[in-house]
Parts: sequence; structure tokens; C-alpha cells
Amino acid sequence: MGMKKLKVTIDGKTIEVPENTTVLDAARMLDIQIPTLCHHPKLTPFGGCRLCIVEIKGIPRPVTSCTTPASDGMEVTTSSPQMEDLRKTVLELILSDHPNDCMVCEKAGDCTLQELAYFYGIRENRFAGERRIYEKKDGNPFLERDMEKCILCGRCVKVCDEVQGVGAIDFTYRGFKSKICPPYEKDLNCEFCGQCVAVCPTGALTGKQWSLRGRQKDIKEIDTICPYCGTGCNITLHVRRNDVVRITSREDTWNEGWLCVKGRFGYKFINSPDRLKKPLIRITPKKDTGNRGYGDTEKNFTHSPIHPFTVSSNFREVSWNEALDYIAERLNDIKSKHGADAIGGLSSARCTNEENYLFQKFMRAAVGTNNVDHCARL
Amino acid sequence: MNKSITIQVCMGTGGMAAGGSEVLDAFESLMREKNIPAEFKKECSMHKVGCRGLCARDVLVDVIADNRRTIYQYIKPEMVERIVDEHIVGGNPVSEWQVDEDYHKFHEKQVKVVLSDCGNIDPEDINAYMAVDGYKAVEKVFASMTPEEVIDMIKKSGLRGRGGAGFPTGVKWEACRKAEAGQKYIICNADEGDPGAFMDRAVIEGNPHAVIEGMIIGAYAIGASKGYVYIRAEYPLAVERLKKAINVSRERGFLGKNIFGKGFDFDIKIKLGAGAFVCGEETALIASIEGQRGMPRAKPPFPVHRGLWGKPTVINNVETLANIPYIIKKGHEWFSSYGTEKSKGTKVFALTGKIKNSGLIEVPMGITLREIIYDIGGGIENEKALKAVQTGGPSGGCITTGMLDINMDYESLAKVGSIVGSGGMIVLDEDDCMVNVAKYFLQFTQSESCGKCVPCRIGTKRLLEIMDRITKGAGRQGDIELLEKLSNDIKAASLCGLGQTAPNPVLSTIKYFREEYEAHLQGKCPAKACNELLTYHIIEEFCKGCGACLRACPAGAITGEKKKPHTIAPEICIKCGACFDVCKFKAVGKE
Repeated sequence: MGMKKLKVTIDGKTIEVPENTTVLDAARMLDIQIPTLCHHPKLTPFGGCRLCIVEIKGIPRPVTSCTTPASDGMEVTTSSPQMEDLRKTVLELILSDHPNDCMVCEKAGDCTLQELAYFYGIRENRFAGERRIYEKKDGNPFLERDMEKCILCGRCVKVCDEVQGVGAIDFTYRGFKSKICPPYEKDLNCEFCGQCVAVCPTGALTGKQWSLRGRQKDIKEIDTICPYCGTGCNITLHVRRNDVVRITSREDTWNEGWLCVKGRFGYKFINSPDRLKKPLIRITPKKDTGNRGYGDTEKNFTHSPIHPFTVSSNFREVSWNEALDYIAERLNDIKSKHGADAIGGLSSARCTNEENYLFQKFMRAAVGTNNVDHCARL
Repeated sequence: MNKSITIQVCMGTGGMAAGGSEVLDAFESLMREKNIPAEFKKECSMHKVGCRGLCARDVLVDVIADNRRTIYQYIKPEMVERIVDEHIVGGNPVSEWQVDEDYHKFHEKQVKVVLSDCGNIDPEDINAYMAVDGYKAVEKVFASMTPEEVIDMIKKSGLRGRGGAGFPTGVKWEACRKAEAGQKYIICNADEGDPGAFMDRAVIEGNPHAVIEGMIIGAYAIGASKGYVYIRAEYPLAVERLKKAINVSRERGFLGKNIFGKGFDFDIKIKLGAGAFVCGEETALIASIEGQRGMPRAKPPFPVHRGLWGKPTVINNVETLANIPYIIKKGHEWFSSYGTEKSKGTKVFALTGKIKNSGLIEVPMGITLREIIYDIGGGIENEKALKAVQTGGPSGGCITTGMLDINMDYESLAKVGSIVGSGGMIVLDEDDCMVNVAKYFLQFTQSESCGKCVPCRIGTKRLLEIMDRITKGAGRQGDIELLEKLSNDIKAASLCGLGQTAPNPVLSTIKYFREEYEAHLQGKCPAKACNELLTYHIIEEFCKGCGACLRACPAGAITGEKKKPHTIAPEICIKCGACFDVCKFKAVGKE
């Protein structure tokens, strides 16, 4: 059963597209640029910003290309003096209710609205008027919401509902007073996954930790894998002067650009002074502080530099070779005295599947025990 | 001696507000007290009826004695005893309480189809509806018509949607019939939201069964097994009567499984709306039924293809549906004998504003505005001059005195930049400032914008700001052109009908009253309605020095000795107009 193909002509170029393709997607297949603000390829079409309007032969008024399904024989014009004029009016209207403080905005240089204002050459605003003024209130350590910069494109609402399945925010009020906020305008109290931040096309939603750490133009992007769990999401570190200032994820990865609160915001450990960078071996205290009633421990662990029941906070920094040798020696010791089943291994959900495979292999083949488990099984 | 007595008390929302239920109670207790049915061996019935149209005269009471109908107006409970004594017992109608010539003139040119039983039958009694051939249309449909034949008949009748857009009802039904799906829906749009429009409320309050019957026929035609009535919670009486009507219809087997024993299932649910104007827009209405925020979505796809829960859905307005049973019963030729070439049948208008007889009227499409204003409406209140008529509410435009002979139909109104809309008709006189009127409607649409699309959310706000500064004397050169530019862009770029029509009042008042806008830019309001542009002063030769204005002035701006002309200090005056209103000698001038 073959998919029905539809022939669409856009700006004189013809393309065959499958059913349920929108006019916008068809245009993008043809590499025809149509400006958008509220559209996001992973979210259901919205049709609110009105920038992607096009003329379609036979339809008396402009329609939004992001919401209109292509049909066979459709003839589309994406740009005409009237369309560009309408887009300019729409942009001016958006900017008439915007702080326009790009000079101090975190998002400058990486902001769709700023880009469009540049391309449409909007300087004077014919429609200047009242602007919405809101107090900022964000008790949480992750998200910074500056609702005066919000253009009500609805992307955050949809990602929260459609992708995250949380629905922490929605549109409220009507008319010019419309805004997006949690129920009853309370402070945000969600999972703080930051998906909304990821899809916001303006500086309305940003990460608190990003503030004043560097704008996008100074950033070097480094793709890697999130270290937190075995899901292994693709992440991109935004690095400025060897300092991770932000983490994002690309849309063309298997996790489609979506991340959780840890992957997106939990990166402070990277430059934490408490972070362990080399192996440590605990040093045995010089003198035992007394009999703890566990028998003659000294006799059993004569080779041990550590008294096993003494809590010591003294460590010695060692090389990986020394640390591994030490572990091997101790494991062999235990195995020879008490048998392999005296040893058990617990691996981590933070490791990759491959690492976990190797670990169980090590326990079974090298150590010789089936005492192996994994913290995620709990 | 009378053999039968029927007493009908108008108890729509208007009648109830004027004391309709107390009047009916008074009749019932007095008739019981005086033991009238037994004593005079009369057939006696007393019941409520729906809206009669001329709500300004409520409580209206009809006494039908031996088929002779006497209509009383402005009836209060304490007046009931005299009617009972003199008219019902004595046989002599109380002549000074009867309606006058105006009442009859109000009805003379009307043609009642949708409202034909409204105001004559008890809306809460299914037997009353059945006594006027109620549910005969649906019987006829089930007995002898295929769905295609029903659709064909509605198409031939020329019935068009009465909610505003005027889309041919039969064509809509046909598209939905042809859409392939296991489940389809029919929705009755009773989310009447235009300021000044109340015909849908009146129809549901006065004859809910006609709407239900229309829905059953529509459901049969398109193949829908489920229906919704989306009605605003601000219409408690309509909701209550509709609920009762649906329940009793279900008991009779007109709704539910295997209705009329014909193997067809159809039932109706009521969904209460929270009163957002935009929920009258069909896709926003659907979103609201689905439990989402009432926000429209772009069309296509249209609801007939992808509607409620993604299934093919027909949405018809109350008045449209209430027309259906009458078309089926009397035939499409009868229906299309009313109206013009492209606008068939009748239309209910809510005639309000500066008109003598304000109320609900039903007229054949194509009647002239002049007939409505002067024959039905009885002319302008207080002998003032007519200035314009705003039709179609906040989405419509104004019609000027030069266009009084315009035919009231979809095409003619569109040609002059207005719309039939849901049928609101607001009459304006010489005291109304057209800039101010447009600003009023814009305030409404701006605060009712759902906020989804930029041109409507921000554009109408900017329009309103410009209008506001014009009415306050702060207008700038070029503002009129800016209004036109922005209005046209909002119309072209907005997502739904709300934004696409919101600038209409602005454009139409600029088109016909541009000089008023220009006068405002010069700092004058010709109608003397925009307070910021007025100055108040005392005309010395008329002032008797009575001191009434001095006492009325809340700002202490008026000084003067008794019996000598007073003066107003312009720097203190807050232009509230209290002195103007209170002066009996026309000695306060405003300019």
C-alpha cells in the first residue's frame, strides 16, 4: 500500500510530498524560507504568530503555512509585497509589547525574534504603546522567567503538555492581558526539566545558572553523552573559556533534544572543587583508638594499609595504576582466603549498558562469582 | 358568559425580571380563591410563555376568553385582581391596561417562523409543543425521508447559518454526511456573546423543543449519534428549560437509543460555557467542549472533516436549528418564498438602542432598514434624529441614514461594510459619537480576544489606544490613516473570525463618519459625547441662580450668589456633566 503523494507548487517550484505534510514543511523541503516564531517541528502546529502566512490560490485570505495541510495541485506563494507587509506589521506589534533590551538580554545573538527584527529592519515602531509589566517570581534554582519578553507563542505550554506530560503552565486571561503561567499565578513548582527553556524562541525563559556567564557567540559547543543515567541522552556542552556555562541537546539526536532537570541543569559538579579527579586510597590511622569488639582484625588484614573499622578521613592521592593494582591485590586476597563468593559487585545506573555488561563479565569471568547486581534494580 | 379562559404570562428572562412569576402566582391564587373554574364552569388554563419580543412592555399578559385575545402590558401582581374581577368574571376587558397601537404596529410587519410558537406555548410543557405540531417534522423525516432527502430539502430551502457567517446549512450537512467516520457529532451553538443580542436565549427559553427537534433532524441527516448544546452559564433560565426539555424528550423516546422506534440512536448533552465571547467561534467552542482553553485553531481542516474529538462535526446556531422543523413541515418552497434571491427565510434581530420599541423581532430577509426602524421600531426615542444603526454587534459595521432603504440580507449588508451577524441591531441617535461607539466595541473585542494570535491580541490593543487618544483630544496627525492601515492588517492576518472582524466598527465609522474623526483631531466632538473634549459653561441669560448645579457639582467648580448667574471654573471642572444633567433651564452649555 503506497502512501498517496501530493504535488504542490511553491513559489514556482514543484515537489511531491506525502499526505498530511504541511505547506511549511513542503516549503522547507524545497529550501524556501518562511519566517516562524511559534512553530516547532516536534510540537503540534499552533498558528499564533502569523508570520508564516502564505497565499494559496483559491483561498481568499492568507493562511498560516504551519497549520495548512498541503493538497494535490495546491499553488502557494510565500512572499509578496502584501505578505511581507503583513509580516512586518505583525513583528512591529510583537516588538511594541517587548522590552527590546537586547543589549542586556541573555538570549541576544541566539534569539529568533531579534533575528526577525533585523531581517525586517524594524527600528521605529508605528504602534508603540502600553507594555505588559510583570514582577518576576521564581523561587526555584533552575528557571528564570521574564514574562515581559514572552510573545505567547505557546511552545512552552505545548512542550510541557505534549512532550513532558506535565501541564504545569497554560494560557490565562484574555486580550492584551493574556499570559502564560502556572495555575492561579503561583510560583512555578514543576519538575524543572527545562524543556520550556529549550523551546522558547526569545529570552523569556532562560536558565538561572546561565546568567551573565556568556552569550552564544563566545560559546564553543561540544557534543557528548549525559553522565547521569543509563538512558544516555545526547547533550551539547556550551563551553566558554573552558567553563561549561550551559547544556542543551540537539533535535536530531535520538533523544530528540529533550532532557531532564539533571541533564540540563545538573552540571555544576564539572567545575566543583569537591570533584574527585584522581583515585584516593585511605590511609590507616597510626594508632587504633580502642577495642571495638570485632575480634582480631589486625591479624586478618595484615597487608591492609587501612584499618577496616576505623573511619579515616585521610587519603593519599595515587595513580590509576596504583589504585587498580591495589584493588586487584585485595580482591585476590579475599578470593584466596574466603573464596570468590565472598565478593559481591554492585554497578551503577549511571554507567552505560556496555560498561554494565563488562562489569558483570568481570565479576563472573575474572572474579568468578554470580554476586553481581545493579542499583537500578531496586 | 365565557366558556373558556386561557391566561398566558410572558416569562422569558425579561418577563421574569419584570415580575412575571409573581403575576402568574397572583392569577393562580386569585382564580383558586374566587373558585372561578368551578363557579363559572369554565375551561381554565394558566401558563407561562416565552418571549413575546416587546420586552420593554413586560409583564405582558394575554387573556384569551372564548378565543378572543386581549393583551395587557406593564402588568404588576397588584393589578391582577382587577383583571380577574372585571375581565374574567365580569367579561369586560380593562381597556386602559391593554396594549396600544404601537404594540400592534410592532408586530404587523414581522413574519414569525422561528418565533412562531415562542410566546404562545408553555416552553416547559412538551404537550403544548406537540399540540402545535411539535415533533411532527421528525416523525415525517423518520417515516418518509432518507438523510439525503433531508439534506436536499434544506439545501433547496436556501437556509443559511444564522450565527453570523451565513454559510448554507444544507451544504454544511452534506459535507459532514460525506465525511467517512464511525462517530459524528452535531453541536448546537448557543454561546450567544454579542453585546445586545439575545435571540438565541429567547428561542431556547421560549421553545426549547424546536431546537431539540432541529438537532434530531440534523443528526439523522449527517449520521451523528451524539449531540451537544454549548450554552453559556449566564443563561440559567434557558439552561434549566433546555434541561427539562431534553429529559422529557428522552422519556418520550425522542432521544436515546432507537428513537421513534426507527433503529437510530441520538442523545444530547448540555455543555455549559463560561461566557467567553470567542467560544462562539466553532473551533474554540470545540476546544472548550474537549476541556481545553477556548482558543480557536486554524481552518482548514474544517469541523465537518475534523471537529469534536477529531471527528466530523456540524455546528449550527440555535436559530438555524429552530428553523429546521418548520422547513420540514411546511416545505422548502414555503420557506424560500420569504427573503431575497440569496438570503431566504426570516431573521430574528435584537432591536436595541435609541429606539422606541426595543425588543426581539423576526422579519423576512430583505426587509428595509427603514421599515424596521420606523414601522416596527416606531422611530427614535425622544424625537431625536437617527444617526446610524450598528448591525452585527462588535463584528459588524454601521449603516447611515442615507442607506435606510438597504435590504437587510447577507449580501446587501456586506456590500456596505457591515454584516447580518447574529442579528444585533443597535440604533444610534444624534447624541452618539461614532468614534466613541467604535471604541466601545473595540474595548469589547480586545478584552475578549483569546490571546493566541498577535494581530488580534496586540493589534486590537493598539487600535484601542489610538481610538482612546483620539477621543481624549490627544490624537495625532496621521492617526486616521494609521487606524485604517492597522485595521486592514488585523483583518488580513488574524487567525479567527474574532480578529478578522474586530476592526470592522473602526473601518466602517471611518468610512461613513470620517469628518467626526477629523473633528476629534481638531479637539472637537461633534456629538458632544467625548468628555475630555468638552468644556462646560453657564449661559448667563438662562441661569436663574437656583444653585442646583452648585450643589450637584462634586468638584466644587461652580460658584455664584443666589438668583444671580453662576460660573464654572474650568480649571477645577472635572467634566462629569452633573450640572448639565441637573439644570432645568438649559443654562449649562457644553462645547
